[in-house]
Amino acid sequence: MSDKVVQLANVTKDYQVGAERVHAVRGITLSIPAQRFTMIVGPSGSGKTTLLNLIGCIDAPSSGEVEISGRDVGHLSDSAVSDFRAEKIGFIFQSFSLIPVLSAYENIEYPLLLTGVSAKERRRATLAMLEAVGLTAQKRQRPNELSGGQKQRVAIARALVKRPAIVLADEPTANLDSQTGASIIALMRRMQTESKTTFIFASHDDHLISHADEIFTIRDGKLIESARA
Amino acid sequence: MMLFKVASRSIFRNTRRSLTTMLTIAIGTAATLIFGAYATFTFLGIETSSVQRFGHLTVYRDGYFDFGSGNPAIWGIPQYKTVLRDITTDPVLSRLMVIATPIQSLAGIVESSQSNESRTFLGTGFVPADRERMKQWNEHGTASRGENGPAFDPSNPSEGILGLGLARILGLCAPLKLGNCPKLPAGAPSDGAVSTDVAGLPAQNFSDLVSRDAPSGLVRAHDYPRVDLLAATAGGAPNVVSLQVRQAEAQGVRELDDVYVGMQLPLAQQLVYGRGEHRVTGIVIQLHRTEDMNAARERLAAIFASHHLALEVRDFAELNPFYTQVVNLFSGIFSFISVIIGVVILFTVSNAMGMSVIERTDEIGTTRALGVRRSGIRGQFLLEGAMLGVLGATIGVILALIAAYFVNRAGISYVPPAQAEPVPLRLYMFGAPLRIAEVWLTLTVVATLAALLPANRAAKLQIVDALRHV
Repeated sequence: MSDKVVQLANVTKDYQVGAERVHAVRGITLSIPAQRFTMIVGPSGSGKTTLLNLIGCIDAPSSGEVEISGRDVGHLSDSAVSDFRAEKIGFIFQSFSLIPVLSAYENIEYPLLLTGVSAKERRRATLAMLEAVGLTAQKRQRPNELSGGQKQRVAIARALVKRPAIVLADEPTANLDSQTGASIIALMRRMQTESKTTFIFASHDDHLISHADEIFTIRDGKLIESARA
Repeated sequence: MMLFKVASRSIFRNTRRSLTTMLTIAIGTAATLIFGAYATFTFLGIETSSVQRFGHLTVYRDGYFDFGSGNPAIWGIPQYKTVLRDITTDPVLSRLMVIATPIQSLAGIVESSQSNESRTFLGTGFVPADRERMKQWNEHGTASRGENGPAFDPSNPSEGILGLGLARILGLCAPLKLGNCPKLPAGAPSDGAVSTDVAGLPAQNFSDLVSRDAPSGLVRAHDYPRVDLLAATAGGAPNVVSLQVRQAEAQGVRELDDVYVGMQLPLAQQLVYGRGEHRVTGIVIQLHRTEDMNAARERLAAIFASHHLALEVRDFAELNPFYTQVVNLFSGIFSFISVIIGVVILFTVSNAMGMSVIERTDEIGTTRALGVRRSGIRGQFLLEGAMLGVLGATIGVILALIAAYFVNRAGISYVPPAQAEPVPLRLYMFGAPLRIAEVWLTLTVVATLAALLPANRAAKLQIVDALRHV
């Protein structure tokens, strides 16, 4: 198996917005090694989120090859891609995107149900993740009863509980105050170190960028710089 | 389990909308069940009334049903007692039957010797004890005819009954002590004695003929009012007998009520067959259970075939087309109401689920990103529709049962279609668990299907578009 967990080859993504065709990603080729804290940076509208979506298999490229964790995902059926995401990819969203009718515990447990983990193992893993993010006391609380920072901790725990190959985070600190954002960054860094999972961020946050092992800078849908910290 | 958890909690996320939707389903379910219970009670009431009156099956001479009613005298079953014995001694039929009894249909002219009023009549001759026994039939507990007829004097075959309308027409309200009998308006036209109906007959009172023709001992003097019946015998000769009217009985249908004469079989046979062989037009068979009707019919056909008897069998629905008409009418109304309620529920649930999909677009994107397949999203919204249906229909069933409980104990009475006596209004709910299950299941399925369109829309959402949704 390749040590490159993400490999993009000449990937493009075009959108039709009204009569206009928008080229969100223009022929990007890049590789991301496993177990790295990787940043995708660039100005607003540069194509960061689109690139993250392509890596996360929640969007399909217009052309090019996308290989995630050694698998060419471009030719998989929708169901197969769903199963692949359930097993290999964790997401942390800017707006947390927790399921509002589920408690913190149930939100974290949710991805394990999709991969058929036994009830006993689910319970063990979920409680361990709750403890790791410091929310054991809040496990029965629903998202509307949690602070922004607590919600993002739940989101991090949910992304990591299934031990995915990649965790993708789109502006994970954008909705948090600087102090909470810093604590979330520290938590993600610690979790990444412990779990040895590849984290890929799209962010403007300088504090977050300062923790990156590798930084890809894109502008106008093109990769203009790749730097290793 | 998580799917169920998410669905059950999601339907109460917008409590007011969900309650409104469930209430719509509940009211629809309750309305359907209550009307169904009323319709079933009506069907069973008419069935009971018909079976009490006509039995389940009637054996006729082959062709009578289509051609014989105009002149029943010539369509009599010869040696009917042998046929009756073959039926009553058959081991299969005797197990299914309550009773088999002969009847004689006839038509003629009736005249009241007291008022000198006359008119045509349709009559039936029956065995009084058998008739009373048939009236006890009440398989469904609808008790549509609670009133027993008069206890005829077995030694006096001249005793009989008239339809209430006929008694009124013949001016027998006072002699029969009939209540609610309207008075003849002042200045009403009067044609005197028998003039038009029997204009061709010799100008003499029927009573004279009765006294001349009646066999000794058949007619006895009594306090009951008397009417005279004129009919043609099987041989075509006019014949007259006297009937002592014990009682007037409402017949339910006005047309019958104004012409009906019920009499004991020997008198009817005396009138129709005179001194010839006494036959009957039919043998009425009443069964313990209506569902045995086909089995009994098949058995009768086998008996008739083995004895080379040219007889036909008709059931109560054929003899009383009103039963089928009412069943068809109520079934049609029930179907119409059910469809309307189904459509209302369809649109209500579809609208509620559509709103839910819009409100939860971001959540749909998130769960899809986490790895839930399109089918999972579709399943979740279908499950939510089904749960709304289950809850709403269950509440509806409970409401309907409560309504039925109170209505059945409220002491409301009414006169059902084609019946003469008021009966307690009952909603036939508790005896029809299958219909409750059918309505519950149907409306739950409708609610589930109503969620299909929004569920498909949710399943087809592009993840990135859903995640961008605000």
